[in-house]
Amino acid sequence: MNRSRAVLALASLLVYAPLFGQSLRFGLAEDPDVLDPTLARTFVGRVVFAALCDKLFDVDDKLSIVPQLAESYAWSADGKALTVKVRPGVTFHDGEKLDAAAVKFNIERHKNMPGSNRRGELALVTTVDVVDPMTARINLSAPFSPLLAQLADRAGMMVSPKAAAAAGDKFGANPVCSGPFKFVERVAQDRIVLERYPNYWNKGQIFFDKITYLPIVDATVRLANLKSGQLDMIERMQPSDVPGLAGDSRIKVAKITEIGYQGITLNVGKSEQAKTNPIGKDPRVREAFELALDRDGIVQVAMDGEATVGNQWVAPGNPFYAKNVPIPKRDVAKAKALLAQAGMPNPTVTLMTPTNTDQQKIAQVVQAMAKEAGFDVKIQSVEFATSLNMGDKGDFDAYVLAWSGRADPDGNIYSFAACKQPLNYSGYCKQEVDDLLNKSRTASTVAERKKAYDQIAAMTLADRPIVYLFHRHWLWALSNKVAGFKPMPDGLVRVQGLKLQ
Amino acid sequence: MNAFLTKRLATIVPTLLFVTILIFGLQQLLPGDPALVLAGEERDPSVVAYLHKKMHLDDPFPVRYLYWLGGVVRGDLGESLRMQKPVTALIAEKLPVTIELALIAIAIALAIGIPAGIVSAIAKGTWWDYAANAVALWGLSTPNFWLGIMLILLFSVQLGWLPASGYVSPFEDLGANLAAMIMPAFVLGNAIAAVLMRHTRSAMLQVMSSDYVRTARAKGLDERAVVLKHGLRNALTPIITLGALELGTLLSGAVLTEQVFTIPGFGKLIVDAVFNRDYAVVQGVVLFTATAYIALNLLADVAYFLVNPRLRDR
Amino acid sequence: MATLAIDALPREESPGRRAARRLAKRRASLAGLFVVLFFIAVAVFAPWISPYDPLATSWSAIRKAPSAAHWFGTDEIGRDVLSRVIYGSRASLLAGIVSVSIALSLGVPTGLLAGYAGRWPDALISRMTDAMLATPFLILAIALAAFLGPSLTNAMIAIGISATPIFIRLTRAQVLSVKVEDYVEAARAVGNSHLRIAVRHILPNVIPPLIVQSTLAVAAAVIAEASLSFLGLGQQPPAPSWGSMLNTAKNYVDNAPWMAVWPGMSIFLLVLSFNLVGDGLRDALDPRHA
Repeated sequence: MNRSRAVLALASLLVYAPLFGQSLRFGLAEDPDVLDPTLARTFVGRVVFAALCDKLFDVDDKLSIVPQLAESYAWSADGKALTVKVRPGVTFHDGEKLDAAAVKFNIERHKNMPGSNRRGELALVTTVDVVDPMTARINLSAPFSPLLAQLADRAGMMVSPKAAAAAGDKFGANPVCSGPFKFVERVAQDRIVLERYPNYWNKGQIFFDKITYLPIVDATVRLANLKSGQLDMIERMQPSDVPGLAGDSRIKVAKITEIGYQGITLNVGKSEQAKTNPIGKDPRVREAFELALDRDGIVQVAMDGEATVGNQWVAPGNPFYAKNVPIPKRDVAKAKALLAQAGMPNPTVTLMTPTNTDQQKIAQVVQAMAKEAGFDVKIQSVEFATSLNMGDKGDFDAYVLAWSGRADPDGNIYSFAACKQPLNYSGYCKQEVDDLLNKSRTASTVAERKKAYDQIAAMTLADRPIVYLFHRHWLWALSNKVAGFKPMPDGLVRVQGLKLQ
Repeated sequence: MNAFLTKRLATIVPTLLFVTILIFGLQQLLPGDPALVLAGEERDPSVVAYLHKKMHLDDPFPVRYLYWLGGVVRGDLGESLRMQKPVTALIAEKLPVTIELALIAIAIALAIGIPAGIVSAIAKGTWWDYAANAVALWGLSTPNFWLGIMLILLFSVQLGWLPASGYVSPFEDLGANLAAMIMPAFVLGNAIAAVLMRHTRSAMLQVMSSDYVRTARAKGLDERAVVLKHGLRNALTPIITLGALELGTLLSGAVLTEQVFTIPGFGKLIVDAVFNRDYAVVQGVVLFTATAYIALNLLADVAYFLVNPRLRDR
Repeated sequence: MATLAIDALPREESPGRRAARRLAKRRASLAGLFVVLFFIAVAVFAPWISPYDPLATSWSAIRKAPSAAHWFGTDEIGRDVLSRVIYGSRASLLAGIVSVSIALSLGVPTGLLAGYAGRWPDALISRMTDAMLATPFLILAIALAAFLGPSLTNAMIAIGISATPIFIRLTRAQVLSVKVEDYVEAARAVGNSHLRIAVRHILPNVIPPLIVQSTLAVAAAVIAEASLSFLGLGQQPPAPSWGSMLNTAKNYVDNAPWMAVWPGMSIFLLVLSFNLVGDGLRDALDPRHA
């Protein structure tokens, strides 16, 4: 009996042997900040979290919610409580079990830890009850449909309560999470090394033993590393590099439209400057500005065609896109007429942009296009940190600003259009819009939410606190040896199914 | 000697104090709220408020300065807010990398600069002189980040001989480490080679027109051997001082080189910290560098003093 | 009778004349001088020699290789690279010259004061200079440029201030060595004011090494501007400057290398020329090298 077992084991070892020892080297565009889901503040950190920390839910490529650490969920009738059934048999990297108590601990940690960046996301969560060892109930102060999407991001990431309690705010130096890979080491600005967690609940889908994330800020150097074989995969390739890879048989390019957007934020009420600058005080000037722009042209020139034109906070293919407000075509004649109507045929507008090649290119193209309608656009390049300050204080007329995007449309509009919200750089404040935004959050069916968004779009696009330009394409370049990669609109790389041939 | 030493040591403290005021003042003058930068994408107001408190941003300038200085005296250089790591730990991590880069760069500079200087001096005025001059000057005249990118394109992308970026610890894999360091070290060493070349050349010229040569000629010795021997010795003495002075050039050059080649050293640490308004890191690293620079200079002066008997009898 | 004899003696060559003659003998330095003058001419006559408007964009001519219409090719939004290189010479030359002028105007008087006055003004100035020198030059420049805001003017100010300590030190050292000369003591004995002594007797001796250092400093300043622009802190687009052109070009080295070759070469040539002239001046003005 023992003999045949041994033979079986040996045989299976041989079958799986090619899969053992597989290691993935991934080039990141920036160095992530602290690897603590509660404190984390950057997009690039989420790329690492995709392998390190599982969350209650995940999204698929259609942005629908799928279960991950949560096996199933159910909303209460009044929409003020979400009951979550925890997947059995899941353990953290230190061996501790995932149960409802752990869920409670994590959500409370996200809400209460000093410096937590998740408080805004879980603002409407009041308490978490442990209904039974594997069932937790999250109570809300008001219905909040975007909650599931929040729990499909960092707010839903579960860390080991034991490790978190022991490490306090130093947890990020040695995160103990529940994902397919566990933390090995991190050298700041050099690399983050993760290794396979043998007891992962979905281990059948994991084919790597080790993943090394290497932040390489310069896109040219990042691609050079991929070409020379030192990396297996890179993110955020430059659009202008795509054609050059067409003939390279060792590398393939994967792309998908992002869930975020690139736009120009206009100061309509953030500061005194809104009252004196032409674009802030007269909606006709804003309309003229938008009509002077040729979105396709901007995409062609500034993004080498690697973007999808849009005019809303979600892309045209998104289920929540308001079809009642289509993308306007360029109309320089109408723009000039509007400016004449407004009594300002040659308005001067200062366009603030951070010193970043992409944003600057967009600014230059916009400047040239708007000139044809009579606008005198002055480009003001400021360092990124300074631009945040100026945006916060309203020291601008127009601001070239992008948003990385959230799975739920609420994440792309609420903080930007509701009165006095932290990301509302334009200073836009309209009671009807606020009411509609609240309705979109409390409504429980997709149809109701869509109706609210259609109305919001009609209003905000007429007022134009933000002129949305386009949605960039996420561009990954990978060695042909990497198989099983599925591009996802949130730009994150899921390691399940990823392997080397 | 003692008087000399005490006099020099007495100047160190005020200098360091000025350095701290200079860099602290500069940091605090930087526009932009660092809390906003560090608060990340969502700009959650509670996080911004929390960071304000943690960084003492609402306290007046002198209070913040004294608070930080107090920490320095106790050996605590503060904490990087972006990476939640103590600055001292970050320095300990990055320093060896930049030191290794600097040492290899200096070796390359010596290998290029000294021979070029010798050739230039001995064959003064001829074609060789100009050629040697050109080789060394090329290092000073090319923007090093530019040279770096060109080298990456040639050796990594086209030829595939060397890695385009990254760093491997020499204890892990010496071969890979050297392969990764050779290009950035070359880029860095170029600029210093020019300084070394000029210096060697003038030292050699000094010797060549001096008593050594006349005596050697009179004695019938091989002129070239004598020139080389005494010339080199003459040239090498102030190299100690030069080495210390060039630390500043090295670090400045390292800033851009590390950025291009993605080497996790001091230079990259500082640039990122300035842009991210990670004050503690900038202050800590600059203070550390300045202290090292001053210490090295002092050592160089002492060494020079000891080596040169004429100064001793002053 | 005596005057005739004096007139018959050969006139001694003035130091300036001697230096110029020596400089002319070094062919490399002469070549460098011509190149520098060439670039200055290009900068001055830019509007006349530039084939296109450096700011004129053209959506149809994006990243085109060098051709008859565009000798140096076009850049990422269709602008003519040759025109931008020509106009860019203004920014780079300005960056070099203005920065060094700032450093000179701040550094020389301070160094004179420190060297001449001695005691506590010297101690104070020397400690502050040491402090600035102990901080890596580029870090100081980056911090200053970030503080002032990204623009060519601010980059020049930042580089100028960062380069000041070198001139302070140089001036001070020269003053210290000249201060003890007999003729200075004599002038003091006769009753000349300190200011008069400083300007009439000491300053002229400080000038030769200052000229050498200034020339070399211009070279370093041009590279410093390129470095700051590489980090996004110098001349901002769309205004042309070689440094910021390189910053943009680095993203396209693979598919549009001409965007980088020409500005890079220009920086190299200009800086090399300044270095050659500086070297030549150093040899020419140094009394030791006969």
